[in-house]
Amino acid sequence: MDTSRSYLEPSSFSKKLAATIIIVYTVITLIPISWMVMTSFKNVNSAISYPPEVFFEPSLEGYVNLFTNRSRQSQEYLDSLPPPENWYEELVRSREMVITGPSKFLGRYSNSMIIGFGSTFASVFLGALAAYAFSRFRVPLKDDLLFFILSTRMFPPIAVAVPIFIMYRKLGLGDTHLGMIILYTVVNLSLAVWLLKGFMDEIPKEYEEAAMIDGYSRLQAFFKVVLPQAMTGIAATAIFCMIFSWNEYAFAVLLTQFNAQTAPPFIPTIIGEGGLDWPAIGAGTTLFLLPVMIFTIILRKHLLRGITFGAVRK
Amino acid sequence: MSQIKIANLQKSFGDFTAVKNSNLTINDKEFFVLLGPSGCGKTTTLRMIAGLELPTSGEIYLGEEEVGMLRASERDIAFVFQLFALYPHMNVKNNLSFPLKMQGYNRSEIKTRVEEAAKLLRIDHILNSSISSLSGGDRQRVALGRALVRRPKAFLMDEPLGTLDAEFRELMCLELKKLHIDIGATTVYVTHDQLEAMSLADRIAVMDGGEILQADEPAVIYNKPATKFVASFIGSPGMNFINIDQGISNEQSTLNIEGTDFNIPKQYEISKSKKNSFGIRPENLSLTNEGGLKGSVFGVEYLGSRKIITVKTNFGEIKVKTNISTSVKINENVQVKPSNNNIIIFDGETDRSLKSEFMN
Repeated sequence: MDTSRSYLEPSSFSKKLAATIIIVYTVITLIPISWMVMTSFKNVNSAISYPPEVFFEPSLEGYVNLFTNRSRQSQEYLDSLPPPENWYEELVRSREMVITGPSKFLGRYSNSMIIGFGSTFASVFLGALAAYAFSRFRVPLKDDLLFFILSTRMFPPIAVAVPIFIMYRKLGLGDTHLGMIILYTVVNLSLAVWLLKGFMDEIPKEYEEAAMIDGYSRLQAFFKVVLPQAMTGIAATAIFCMIFSWNEYAFAVLLTQFNAQTAPPFIPTIIGEGGLDWPAIGAGTTLFLLPVMIFTIILRKHLLRGITFGAVRK
Repeated sequence: MSQIKIANLQKSFGDFTAVKNSNLTINDKEFFVLLGPSGCGKTTTLRMIAGLELPTSGEIYLGEEEVGMLRASERDIAFVFQLFALYPHMNVKNNLSFPLKMQGYNRSEIKTRVEEAAKLLRIDHILNSSISSLSGGDRQRVALGRALVRRPKAFLMDEPLGTLDAEFRELMCLELKKLHIDIGATTVYVTHDQLEAMSLADRIAVMDGGEILQADEPAVIYNKPATKFVASFIGSPGMNFINIDQGISNEQSTLNIEGTDFNIPKQYEISKSKKNSFGIRPENLSLTNEGGLKGSVFGVEYLGSRKIITVKTNFGEIKVKTNISTSVKINENVQVKPSNNNIIIFDGETDRSLKSEFMN
């Protein structure tokens, strides 16, 4: 009998099989993302060439186009200008154009940042307070309230777009940062309450009781003892909320035009000469991907612990 | 440090009454143990003293002050939890200084107090360790330290040794007792383990079904239990009971069981109940050839210094604690007889022990 390995340990064949499946899955999911990143480094012509170019000469044209507005000029006019001051001016002039000013991208991008992080913070903060109350206090009609909270997610949020549009117009919340933060918070809150309640239930109430004995009020105990221990849950919830509000498209199209427009409705409208400017769109989506990626990587340590949290009692 | 007094304390959760009309005075500097089976209300009583539960009715005095409705943070007591509840995101030093930070002590004073407590509990070498790296015993010491640093009016402990293994529990028991002698703090300690209670307590209160049945010194609780429950709960094995279907009259001093007359302590109370029982501890019984209750040996347990012999009689199994030299075989016919006058008659209606020459 083979006694060299434990029965609980998977065989080398199943390990290899698992690795193969993971690799294949990773490659499949990475193809669109790597294609998007590749497109962002192509030039306008190679982006739409057929057959598609896998190997190409990288160019920053997409990124330059993303951040600038340009206009086409005659060769004589270009010749009459002083020599270009930097590399991106040179790049634009080689396409017989001049830079007329910065594009709206940076503004839209920072709108996305403000609204995304703002609503994530609000959802997690309010969600944590509500989850704590549901977890610890004898709330009348607790189960019904929890069901009611969850029921707000039982229809697609866009189904109530028209009433929200009218309400927002009456309230003056249309096309404002505050309005979008409130909207995304409302949509995310039910998820946050339910996720965080599970995590709060896992934290023994003795911790905050100990803190209250030590002279702290319940609210102080909540912030100093409960929240730090709910970090895993908070991280997981924050990532989900962030991904939703960062990527949300339909309400952003409907409710924002100028002041508070986020990046998702803006990026697809980047139009170059004679059609969509694919490298610029690629560059926009690549840059758009980065914050969520960085956010997730930072919180990943907590997230992984969060998945196995509660599986083994200490 | 101060006295703790509870008066007519009651706690209900919905229809369920966890603590019924309890009265208790815990003296200053006393090590007081609340003992009882699980669900008897001992932890609820402790949590009410701590302020973690509010009483349904009744008063709690901490020293002179009535604190029944005050929040836990306003009571100046320390609580040691069964699972310690050390803050896992802080190291040992921060755990110890956490209660002091709230009270607004300055940095150097906190440092002195933490070091003092750490030295007393011999945890000064692990002050910078994280909680998760500590052994059970060290966690226990840190939990005690966190209670100690504040120098509260009273220490409340909820089965603090419950999670430790047997060997370690004995050691911590000794340390706890020594600590109590060193700092002389009023301590209320909850446990379901009678050995822990016996070895630690100045006084014990035995609880069952939300009621305090008896509160007294360990020896009194053991030898002169106030009710049948106390008699059976305390002692290992517990007291033997023989059902006697006869009443007890005043000044009665013999009892006829199965045609044999047994001497009992002179009784001072009358009981007309037909369900009275005759209670005697295993060590007060001996095996004899005649003049006792007839039975046959059912089992022999060897305990090192003593033997416990279980005898099957018409009144059920009776346990006898005998000398190691006693040798009997299984199924051998023997007779069981009281070897002294430490006999208690329990009233069949109230389960209370009747007053007698012995139970005075």
